[in-house]
Amino acid sequence: MNLPIIRLSRVVTALFAALLIATTVIQFAQAPSLRARPDNRRTLLDNYSRARGAILLPGDQAIASSKASAGELAYLRSYPQGPLYSHVTGYYSFVYGAAGLEAASDDLLSGSSDALFYKRVSDLLSGKQATGASLQLTLNPKAQAAASKGLGNQRGAVVAINPKTGAILAMVSHPEYDPNALATHDSNDAVAAMNALNADPTRPLVNRAIAGHLYPPGSVFKIVTAAAALSNQTVTEATQIPAPARMDLPQTSVPLPNYDKAPCGPGEQTTLQHALEISCNTAFGWLGLKVGADPLRAQAAKFGFGESLRVPLRVTPSSVPAELNPPQLAQSAIGQYEVRVTPLQVAMVSAAIANRGVLMTPYLVERVVGANLDILDQHTPQQLSQAVSPEVAATLTRMLVSTVDTGTGKPARISGVAVAGKTGTAEQGNGLPPHAWFTAFAPADDPQVAVAVVVEDGGNMGEEAAGGRLAGPIAKAVMEAVITR
Amino acid sequence: MITTVETITPRTRRNVELVLCLFAMAIVLGAWVNVDLALKGVLPAGLATVAIGLLVLVVGFHLVLRWRASFADPLLLPVATLLNGMGLVMIHRLDLAGGRDSLSGNAFRQLQWTGLSLVVAAAVLWLLRDHRLLQRYTYTAMAAGLALLLLPLLPGLGKEVYGSRIWIGLGNYSFQPGEIAKIALTVFFAAYLVQTRDVLSLAGRKFVGLTLPRVRDLGPIIAAWLVSLAVLVFERDLGSSLLFFGLFVAMLYVATERISWIAIGLSLFAAGTYVAYLLFPHVQRRVMLWLDPFSKESIEQSDQLAKGLMGMASGGLFGTGLGQGRPWITSFPDSDFIFPSLGEEIGLFGVFALLVLYGLFVERGLRTALGVRDGFGKLLAIGLSFSVALQVFVVIGGVTRIIPLTGLTTPFMSLGGSALLANWTIVALLLRISDQARRPVPEPDGIPARLPLRDPAPAGGMP
Repeated sequence: MNLPIIRLSRVVTALFAALLIATTVIQFAQAPSLRARPDNRRTLLDNYSRARGAILLPGDQAIASSKASAGELAYLRSYPQGPLYSHVTGYYSFVYGAAGLEAASDDLLSGSSDALFYKRVSDLLSGKQATGASLQLTLNPKAQAAASKGLGNQRGAVVAINPKTGAILAMVSHPEYDPNALATHDSNDAVAAMNALNADPTRPLVNRAIAGHLYPPGSVFKIVTAAAALSNQTVTEATQIPAPARMDLPQTSVPLPNYDKAPCGPGEQTTLQHALEISCNTAFGWLGLKVGADPLRAQAAKFGFGESLRVPLRVTPSSVPAELNPPQLAQSAIGQYEVRVTPLQVAMVSAAIANRGVLMTPYLVERVVGANLDILDQHTPQQLSQAVSPEVAATLTRMLVSTVDTGTGKPARISGVAVAGKTGTAEQGNGLPPHAWFTAFAPADDPQVAVAVVVEDGGNMGEEAAGGRLAGPIAKAVMEAVITR
Repeated sequence: MITTVETITPRTRRNVELVLCLFAMAIVLGAWVNVDLALKGVLPAGLATVAIGLLVLVVGFHLVLRWRASFADPLLLPVATLLNGMGLVMIHRLDLAGGRDSLSGNAFRQLQWTGLSLVVAAAVLWLLRDHRLLQRYTYTAMAAGLALLLLPLLPGLGKEVYGSRIWIGLGNYSFQPGEIAKIALTVFFAAYLVQTRDVLSLAGRKFVGLTLPRVRDLGPIIAAWLVSLAVLVFERDLGSSLLFFGLFVAMLYVATERISWIAIGLSLFAAGTYVAYLLFPHVQRRVMLWLDPFSKESIEQSDQLAKGLMGMASGGLFGTGLGQGRPWITSFPDSDFIFPSLGEEIGLFGVFALLVLYGLFVERGLRTALGVRDGFGKLLAIGLSFSVALQVFVVIGGVTRIIPLTGLTTPFMSLGGSALLANWTIVALLLRISDQARRPVPEPDGIPARLPLRDPAPAGGMP
């Protein structure tokens, strides 16, 4: 009977080998993916058992922090400023996961990032409780407050950038929401809050500044058209160009009219400078056709159109359509047809011109700091592109200053400061009131801030809305909050 | 050249056993202290009492061996002690997580069962001076085994727990009679097969290289198959069914040395389970859970397997540390899922150690079967050790998704008195047989044999 016993012991060996392999597969090979499952309650409780890093303003004031909490979840995430920074921080909910920076920088905040490996090791060796890293943001609290106050109960968004570095100084999207309502450990309350937010037709969870809602830019896009024309030496700022009351377009019976239904200059002609000052549609329509679709698209790309940016929030790329026939090109040149932008993109256009044509990569996180505020990582400003030459940038700046001084941009004038800016009134073509735009930077000679403002659907002015009157004062308030004199 | 024949004095290895037992207890007590320090920050209350109690029990058992089975295998007792102890530690750890204090908790009851099991096992060793005496009770064992196996089917007595009907309830106590049936049936199979093996192994015709048995000799395997199918269908337990049929086929193969029995057995089992799969929704559910425990339909049925897998994954290579994981998230973390609970807290390396301990236990059993000289002893040792191996495979294979999950207990570790009692009885029987296997054969003139007994020579097979 010994031979079958020996054979049977081989079977037993095979059975045990199968068990060793299966446990290895589960606890080693599949472990990372099993741990990362969204329905993994252990991972969730783990995340709540560590003090998550805070999200800080430049003065170390927390806009998201973890407080010790009684109950199974050891830490409660709280947002001391409530809705004001909601679209920057996002929320951290054990029911709904995370959004905003809470999601985009989760690995740093939770402490699991590979970049924090040495910190974890030293925490372990020194016996400190492991904590996540904190993020210190670039935001300017005064600018943020001014932007939110300016938008008030209107839907829209404001983005402000430091043109020299790309640092984002304000990022506001209205309506806002209270992330505390989603971060609560009472799951019924969290579900109720989320259901209310999802049922809200104004979609408060969408960060209009960078994502989701893409807007037609309207006349603010004329800056891009002007930049393309100047860079390609199609015209100079003083060139007389056709500017009739309405422009007949090839291949279509629908003409392109001016906002005030009048010619932009005597003899139905005007200079590029004046066309920009009064936002002359027909002149820019003609200019678009003159420049051509490809150079226009290339100029837009240099300003960042089509870039998938992470600031580290994911930015929806802005776009100029790939195929344009002449009437579509003329419409696109004045920011209509299917040109779509984020407010951040519009602010980047202003910022590039402000910074002598150099577009800096926008970013939100200035530095990553440890629990005792030791710096773990410091952001280095990076150039994204040379959008226009310094000469073209100077020309555009001159024209935009004059637009604010004497043209449609008057509502954004700041006494004693040279402001460069451009209005926009983007028709939606669906019967809804237009979106009001304003983008600007100041001081023009030594820029500290570039800003873009959009107010949806005419805001509180309805059909009477115009970029200058509605969005201009908001842009002005944000710039005043930043500029130090 | 002159060849000298060296005399090898047979060694009992009892001292090795004592040292290993003390080592096993040190690990268990250390793990217990670890749990209490992690969860409560203080040393466990009653540490000294329990330590002394365990010491008395285990050393007492060891002394019974010294006295009554001095050549018994030295590894079986320490391995069983360590496995039993680690189970106790995990059950206690889950008591603390569930807010149960030491006296009302499951660990206290399991500790009492451990004590009782050790006493019963010692009594078996004490009273059963020679395993061959069990051959007298061949048909009593069969009757008892079948009765115990089918007892849960009795209305009023049997209890259905999560679809399976393998429990009986007596007042506050519930019992898995299948655990005891396993031993009785192994005794019966061994005694029966040693009587009939000649007929079953010699008669037959050749067919495609296999010597097939005569149709009239198929009776026993058909009977065993029908009983196992009855278990599958009526008790709804694939695990018990697989265990009993697999045990019988393995013993049949060892007794007859005919591969054809294995082929016949596997075909019968495959056919039976396939038909059961087609006919019974509960079998289909188990298969669905096995194939994709994370699908929406599966989670609606039971998220136990999914949670167990996520628990093991959270343990990773090194585990969270005892008392620092969350094994209670999985349901039945101290019985069906005690292995994933341990996987979570002691990690892949820890469960490797546990699997190696089980492997070692089975290996000592198989070695005993090789060494013992009588056919009944061989078959009994094979049956007992293979049943442990198969049960470990079925239950741990179930929680690690090698096979569909079934309701068997993890030997020595799961919460549950009947299983503990049965497994310690297996330890006692294996120790008894191994004592025979390793003991030197008295020579006719009364002088001890000079046989090298560390690895006893194959004994041919006949008693």
